[in-house]
Amino acid sequence: MDLSPFTEEHDLLRRAVADWVDAEIAPHLADWEAAGDFPDEVFHRAGELGFLGLAFPESAGGQGGDYWAQVVFLEEVGRVSQAMAMVLSVQTDMATPPILEFGTPEQVDRWLKPALRGELIGAIGITEPDTGSDVASIRTRAVRDGDEWVLNGSKMYITNGARAHFITMVVRTGEAAEGDPWSGISMFIVDTSLPGFGVSKRLEKSGMKLSDTALLYMDDMRLPADSLLGVEGEGFKQIMWELQGERLGVSVFGVAGARAVLEEAVGYARARQAFGRPIGEFQAVSHRLADMATEIEAVQALVYECCDLWDRGVYATEEVAMAKLAVGRLSNQVADEAVQTLGGAGLVEGSYVSREWLGMRIGRIGGGSDEVQRQILARIMGIG
Amino acid sequence: MSGFEPIFREEHEAYREAARMFVANEVTPHAEEWEQARDFPRDLFEKVGSAGFFGAKFDETWGGTGPDYAAEAVWIEELSKGLTYGTASDLGAHSQLAALYIDRFGNQDQKIRYLRPSIEGNLLGALAVTEPGAGSDVNAIQTRARRDGDDWVLNGSKVFITNGSWSDYLVVAARTSDDPGHDNITLFVVDGDSPGLERRRMSLIAWHTSHTGELFFTGVRVPDRNRLGGVGAGFRQIMANFQWERLTMSLGAVALAESALEVAISYARERNAFGRPIIRFQVWQHRFADLATRIRAGKALTYRALRGYVATETGHAVLGEDLVRLTSMAKLYTQRLAWQVADECVQVHGGAGALVEYPAQRLWRDSRVGPIGGGTEDIMRNVIAATMGLGRS
Repeated sequence: MDLSPFTEEHDLLRRAVADWVDAEIAPHLADWEAAGDFPDEVFHRAGELGFLGLAFPESAGGQGGDYWAQVVFLEEVGRVSQAMAMVLSVQTDMATPPILEFGTPEQVDRWLKPALRGELIGAIGITEPDTGSDVASIRTRAVRDGDEWVLNGSKMYITNGARAHFITMVVRTGEAAEGDPWSGISMFIVDTSLPGFGVSKRLEKSGMKLSDTALLYMDDMRLPADSLLGVEGEGFKQIMWELQGERLGVSVFGVAGARAVLEEAVGYARARQAFGRPIGEFQAVSHRLADMATEIEAVQALVYECCDLWDRGVYATEEVAMAKLAVGRLSNQVADEAVQTLGGAGLVEGSYVSREWLGMRIGRIGGGSDEVQRQILARIMGIG
Repeated sequence: MSGFEPIFREEHEAYREAARMFVANEVTPHAEEWEQARDFPRDLFEKVGSAGFFGAKFDETWGGTGPDYAAEAVWIEELSKGLTYGTASDLGAHSQLAALYIDRFGNQDQKIRYLRPSIEGNLLGALAVTEPGAGSDVNAIQTRARRDGDDWVLNGSKVFITNGSWSDYLVVAARTSDDPGHDNITLFVVDGDSPGLERRRMSLIAWHTSHTGELFFTGVRVPDRNRLGGVGAGFRQIMANFQWERLTMSLGAVALAESALEVAISYARERNAFGRPIIRFQVWQHRFADLATRIRAGKALTYRALRGYVATETGHAVLGEDLVRLTSMAKLYTQRLAWQVADECVQVHGGAGALVEYPAQRLWRDSRVGPIGGGTEDIMRNVIAATMGLGRS
């Protein structure tokens, strides 16, 4: 019985991703975070190296790997930066999988393949200024007009939103039927080069500053008919499908981030002297870090069980909600204990731990808040 | 192959069904009565033995059906569902500790005399390490064994010996040297009727049905043929076997936590407040969702460690530092978790949470042993910290 879910091929892949991350990402993170931006070149390089389509079939321009290959990728990026893992995961786990799942061959050729090559950058558009968790209440609306759709509305907190070439977006295309608030929603691939689309504002955030997060507007934007992704009126179901992969992806890189932050704290505790010995020799410090390592191992085990189910094609809504909930809480707690361990050094702007502490707070909100995950779980447990 | 092979195979599902039937017929119907009486009948051991549920860990040579750690895990999980944890603890102390020590360290003669009848359930065992002055700090035990001809003479006392007040034999750790280091302790198999051995059943707030004993050794003579393993090997023997004990405790704690959550939810569905069942209040829904998530994580961690033990059956893994670390983490995570779930179970019951007629208080009391027994939380943290290069060496 093998104890690791990874094969030798995955180990080789891990080394390749790690080499890229260590050479081309990690050295620039502090600058990018300070600038609140990073070059599109990151997408191009990741695409060139084959990292954006690891678990996509070769027929769609991917590498034809299994989900564990994607796990390797997310873990290696996640260990250096939650923000960078998020922007890449938006591309690989959020904006593109719906095109493979629901798209026509033409949409795959036009949007998915170039996205996996890193030539096109994607975003996922769900949240609006007045609607987050409550997806059914979105107000952005597309109205059919001959061969086109006319799109009006706005989207908020859209990662990669200011740089995206396309946005996989849910909008209302009809009124909700009586007793079915989830009907009348459809999914589109929105080409951001078309007139009527604009970025209202790049939002300034407390964490994950390198990622662009935007408020977007669509003003009488005319979309060609083939912008509709999947089935008209099935958008809610389609976005719920998308959210599973999204939540699992953020869970995977979230645990990797927690693990890396803890390692940083452990290294610091072993080196930093106080009262004549390394602070890691104080039982209070060592036990706190042992607790964190234990929490990480438990949540990691849960996430890997999810990944295993996912890889086998099991649509594990319950496990994914648990993973998302558990990881969000875990990474925040670990990062906070790491700051505590580092003392003043944990508060210095631009340091790894302080940066990740800021970024990890987003994990409990984005992709479905803690409360939404609990609500999903309560429903599945038959108590909500 | 990437991913994970399943731990439980088809034959384990059949084993689970058999275990479930056994518990439903032989344990559950009597649990309340046993708890009230603070006792259970000795012949339960014989029933478990003849049904084969002591045998999964052990080789066929001695009447077992293993080694099959996955099957053992199934038994532990199902037994826990009987909701009489003192009973499960006595059965566990017999099988997971005493019999396992004989299996691991005994010679042929000792296995014939003690292991085979233990697996049959005809001879009850217990493990005696903890003393009034030495719990976590095993190397500090003061019970002494002095060589005298072909015998050893034991003097000292032991406490908190699960199954120890009525067992037929005891695996006893005794000091055989005062040298520095970890070669001072030796294990002996002491018959329960040995002259000079006095026993008293302890009264605990938890595990009411268990026969937890306090033992007094006054010039107890033990023949050298009952020495278990080498002179001075005891400390290492105990440390090695702690791992399996801790894993069985983790399996039990997860099962208890699952039961506690079930009991809590079913009460919350029935109980009305402010015009609706209390399950309709979002705070309780979310609290239960949180607990279910943590139980699932604890179970995933425990199963990850279990996977390691299953792999040792075929030589795919060894009981090395990785498995010790995982096992310690599983023990640390699951014991406090079980108690926390049980505590919320009491909370949702309100006043009824304190009533003996409801199982909530029992789950809560019994689960409190977990963070203490088999290596305290702080000992687990010491072990884990050491693997991280932290703590004092």
